[in-house]
Amino acid sequence: MKTVRQRFIAATAGFGALAVAATVLAPLAGSTPINLRRALDPSVPFADNVDAQIFFVARLPRTLAGALVGSTLASAGVVFQGLLRNPLATPFTLGVSAGAALGAMLAITFGLSLGWAGVPAASFAGSLGAVGVVYGLARARHGGLSTNVLLLAGVTMNAFFSALILFVQYFADYAETYRILRWLMGDLDVSSYQPLMTALPLVVVAFLAFGWLARPLNLLSLGADSAETRGLDVARAQRVAFLSASVATGAAVSVGGPVGFIGIIVPHLVRLLVGSDHRVVLPASALFGAAFLIGCDVVARTAMSPVELPVGVITALIGGPFFLWLLVRP
Amino acid sequence: MLQAADVRFAYRPERGGTAKPVLSGVSLVVPTGRVVGILGPNGSGKTTLLRILNGTLRPLAGHVALDGQDLATLSRAALARRMASVPQETHLAFDYSVIEVVLMGRYPHLGAFEVEGPADLAIARRALAATGTLDFEARSFDTLSGGEKQRVIIAAALAQISDEREPRAGTLLLLDEPTAALDLGYQLEVAALVRELNRQLSLSIVVSTHDLNFAAGVCDTLVLLRAGTVLAAGAADVVLTPEHIRALYDVDADVQWHAQAGHLVVVPIGRRA
Repeated sequence: MKTVRQRFIAATAGFGALAVAATVLAPLAGSTPINLRRALDPSVPFADNVDAQIFFVARLPRTLAGALVGSTLASAGVVFQGLLRNPLATPFTLGVSAGAALGAMLAITFGLSLGWAGVPAASFAGSLGAVGVVYGLARARHGGLSTNVLLLAGVTMNAFFSALILFVQYFADYAETYRILRWLMGDLDVSSYQPLMTALPLVVVAFLAFGWLARPLNLLSLGADSAETRGLDVARAQRVAFLSASVATGAAVSVGGPVGFIGIIVPHLVRLLVGSDHRVVLPASALFGAAFLIGCDVVARTAMSPVELPVGVITALIGGPFFLWLLVRP
Repeated sequence: MLQAADVRFAYRPERGGTAKPVLSGVSLVVPTGRVVGILGPNGSGKTTLLRILNGTLRPLAGHVALDGQDLATLSRAALARRMASVPQETHLAFDYSVIEVVLMGRYPHLGAFEVEGPADLAIARRALAATGTLDFEARSFDTLSGGEKQRVIIAAALAQISDEREPRAGTLLLLDEPTAALDLGYQLEVAALVRELNRQLSLSIVVSTHDLNFAAGVCDTLVLLRAGTVLAAGAADVVLTPEHIRALYDVDADVQWHAQAGHLVVVPIGRRA
């Protein structure tokens, strides 16, 4: 049997290579063919290098957005599944995406003007609002976090926010409704590095928390009481898991919209390949999530070229059947 | 030695109600190297008492001390290195191999980002061997039978309280109704395992159970719990009487020494009208 360290190295190297390959190759795909060697040729000045301009300015931000959103949603999915002890949980189960959608929608409908940052900022604020309500409810009745209350509150918040979204949408005009709909489908067309750099610090902090959480999540698989008697501060681990995964999800959604199914397909595929130890599953899911979403986005951009599909449509088309297969799998 | 002195506990009341006491002044002693059984009808407070003894619940009054140290002053990890608990049943949220489950017992011995080393693996394997489950090492935990799972979880508990090689003298194992979900064969197997761990590794063991014959065969002393108070406590062959069984369960029973089994045997006759 291989040790955890060997499995960690093998998984990180394998999925890391996949993520790097996806990041480098994805910008090459598109309506205008470009040459990677020419794009990376340092002897041609950037101003004269059309390939480099298309690579770095037009396509790489979108690819990196895919990497950021994909890795964040995939690893947040792992954390939520471990926290709720439920393999079918997603980053959106506890209402983060519904809150984000309401925030984005309010910004679009009532024209919050913060330049490019208006909608992402409003969506992030909305996700924090939803997270705060769910967290407060889950703590109200017990000393620690009740995962049952978390689940029920999250599901109820999803329904409640959906009603508010319809209510707000009723007041939006056609153009706004169209933008709202596009946002809800999930779209990685960020058009600059700015949104990525803004979300990155939050994601980095969350990933550090995920690193610490790997072993506590293993113990939580045994049940809260068993984890506690093995020396884990269960209440603290649950708090860190819930807050870090929620903030990471909020940040990812503010960049790419609520791209569905990444947070459940990727962790399950990874577990089938590397087992359940979170010290391997978390980094592997982050890397594979990046590669997977970049791949889906290439399909979204090229499948019906010149029409660009929103990437959320592609992940849902793959994810829906996959989810059903998981439910009935022997 | 684990000591509970005048422990009182009540769960938080429902809205508008008053907190109903679950334990009202329970004292007990688990001497080093002894097996102590906790008996009592449903709702008598057995599980709550066990959770107070293992530190997952804090008593509202009174205190619990391990070798003279109040549990409240011990860190979770320090306590976990000296005392392990085995729940009635364990359901994993995800599929782990048997060795992974046993290695989780090493949690309180490792730093936040430390990985189990060869020494931890050796301890885990020794624990599997002690419970007769070494052959299952690479198997998926979910594919084991109830009795096999129970033994693997006991192995994880042994790995948890092992220091260098084996569980130190004076470390404790708390078992919550270990035979409740098992068939007769596995019940006897767990009984034999408990006796063996106690004799060979000098573990102190606390076991809560509904199975009077299991208790008679395995325990040195018994604590009889009724409605949150200790009805009687003492050596198993002294405490296990028809009168006490009637007081605990409202059941008439015949208690006899069984020469072949080597311990008292309880035969329930019928529920009292």
